[in-house]
Amino acid sequence: MGLGRTYSVALVGLNGSIVEVEADIGQTLPAFVILGLPDASLNEAKERIRSAAQNSGIPLSRRKITANLIPASLPKHGSGFDLAIAMAVLLAANDVRSTGRTVFIAELGLDGRLRPVRGILPAVMAAMRSGYPDVVVAQANVAEAALVPGARVRGYTTLARLAFDFGADPQDLALDFDPEPEDGDGAAGAGLVPDMAPDMCDVSGQPDARRALEVAAAGAHHLLLTGPPGAGKTMLAERLPGLLPDLGDTEAMEVTAIHSLCSLSSASVQLLRRPPYENPHHTATSAAIIGGGSGLPRPGAASRAHRGVLFLDEAPEYERRVLDALRQPLESGELVIHRSAGTAAYPARFQLVLAANPCPCGKASGKGVDCTCTPTMRRRYLARLSGPLLDRVDIQLQVERVSLADFGQPGAEEDTDTIAGRVRAARDRQLERLLPLGLETNSHVPGRVLRGALRLAAPTTRILDRALERGVLTARGYDRVLRLAWTLADLSPRDAPDADDIGQALGLRQAAVAAL
Amino acid sequence: MLVLMRAKDVLGRRGEQLAAGYLEAQGMRIVDRNWRCAEGEIDIVALDGDVLVIAEVKTRKSLAYGHPFEAVGVDKLARLRRLASAWCRDHELRTTLRWVDVIAVLDDGTGCPAVEHLKGVG
Repeated sequence: MGLGRTYSVALVGLNGSIVEVEADIGQTLPAFVILGLPDASLNEAKERIRSAAQNSGIPLSRRKITANLIPASLPKHGSGFDLAIAMAVLLAANDVRSTGRTVFIAELGLDGRLRPVRGILPAVMAAMRSGYPDVVVAQANVAEAALVPGARVRGYTTLARLAFDFGADPQDLALDFDPEPEDGDGAAGAGLVPDMAPDMCDVSGQPDARRALEVAAAGAHHLLLTGPPGAGKTMLAERLPGLLPDLGDTEAMEVTAIHSLCSLSSASVQLLRRPPYENPHHTATSAAIIGGGSGLPRPGAASRAHRGVLFLDEAPEYERRVLDALRQPLESGELVIHRSAGTAAYPARFQLVLAANPCPCGKASGKGVDCTCTPTMRRRYLARLSGPLLDRVDIQLQVERVSLADFGQPGAEEDTDTIAGRVRAARDRQLERLLPLGLETNSHVPGRVLRGALRLAAPTTRILDRALERGVLTARGYDRVLRLAWTLADLSPRDAPDADDIGQALGLRQAAVAAL
Repeated sequence: MLVLMRAKDVLGRRGEQLAAGYLEAQGMRIVDRNWRCAEGEIDIVALDGDVLVIAEVKTRKSLAYGHPFEAVGVDKLARLRRLASAWCRDHELRTTLRWVDVIAVLDDGTGCPAVEHLKGVG
């Protein structure tokens, strides 16, 4: 009888910290107390642990059990502490031998099986960072936990088998019970990037839009598509992730970690190498997009689209505060959310794609003869996209209805693979130029670099300088055009943009605005 | 007079007998047994030096319905404390040195009952 000590991990957002679990068995009437700011689901652990231990053949002590989760001031939530508490209590009763610095993360079933929990990847990453490489998880979580380089992960199906490996008396243990490892939420791969990504060759005609999409992909530029319903805005946006290059190791870890927090899906048995795609509905609240919820904030669509594409269809229909809340992550690539139980920071470096009808009835493009909207309604509609937000969108393109000449000629268009190849080449050129400056893509190059280290000759930028002088272009807009011009040059490929690239860039930026 | 008792009462009585013997073996002096008032009953009142001990005895034949200790909850403890005060009033005794102890007796009928004693739980 005495004290048992094990380790687990508490997650606040993506940041985990090691939690020390102490268990003490006191000589007084039976009770089970958990200290250290447990939430409701963690408090229910008492009953799960008691039944699980009983049904595994190692009943808990019939005295007062006190489990203390250290640091006491850190709020802890979720069922992932079940196993660590159970092992600490068994240790206190001398039922198992010392577990040393092993970290336990799993939920217990009443029958003594170990169940998978969310957020295993960030939890194991945190354990590694804190110098605790030995991790025990549920069998269904092993593949995900093993993604962390250097972690020594062991998976178990039941508490009895784990206790056996830590020296419990095999005579008492229910070792013949061996449930199938389960898939958590069940649906395999739900909510993640589908294998059958839509292909660019499905898009008929629309040469301007196709070009704009390629440029957006090549330079990671944000994109606004305006046009009448049926012009193919959604179709184009869906095909953007396919054009983006595969994620690097670090990026893939970040993306997989976020998706690990969001679902128990078995799809996270390998690193997510493809950029994610999120298209929330336009009735979404700011908590759904930015992240939030009661207690500890959970990641929203913007964070789930990290390193991928966030597509807002019918953008003017979104609440204005939801749209404006995106301005912060667009600048910093990170979302910091404050809630009662703590503050969580989630990465949110996504590529924003906005789609909008030209007016509420959607018929105002071209000659707009069928449009039933008043000029005031039309102006108000697009004014819902605030200036500061649009200012951050490099490419603003008007998408027209597809013409009859282009329609119905399948197979004539380039497919995703061909375009993605050019995008990859352009990204490589960018990286070669920008890596010495500590940057990766043209869209993130700050203005002082554009006008400093990457300065273009005066004759090349003459048309831009004039636009700035006449007040057609803001200073920020000036830089945006330069960034686009660099991407166009990378696609050409040329070593630096020429006057032609600048002209095209100006066109891509102003196309939609001029049409309004 | 022949008194017919139910099986559970026989078991309880035997447990209390055992517990009393156990406490005496521990050097306590039994003061009162099965003292009743409107609020309920105290199984054993004993003196441990100058400490008044109110002992509740729980007897079980097996662990099938849980350990005897698990049958003593917060409500039961609160009542035992009230009973302790009532006993003191009744005997015009003023002492603040009083403990509530719980004694578990496991008697599976094989002739070797196990007695467990928790001191000062309330």
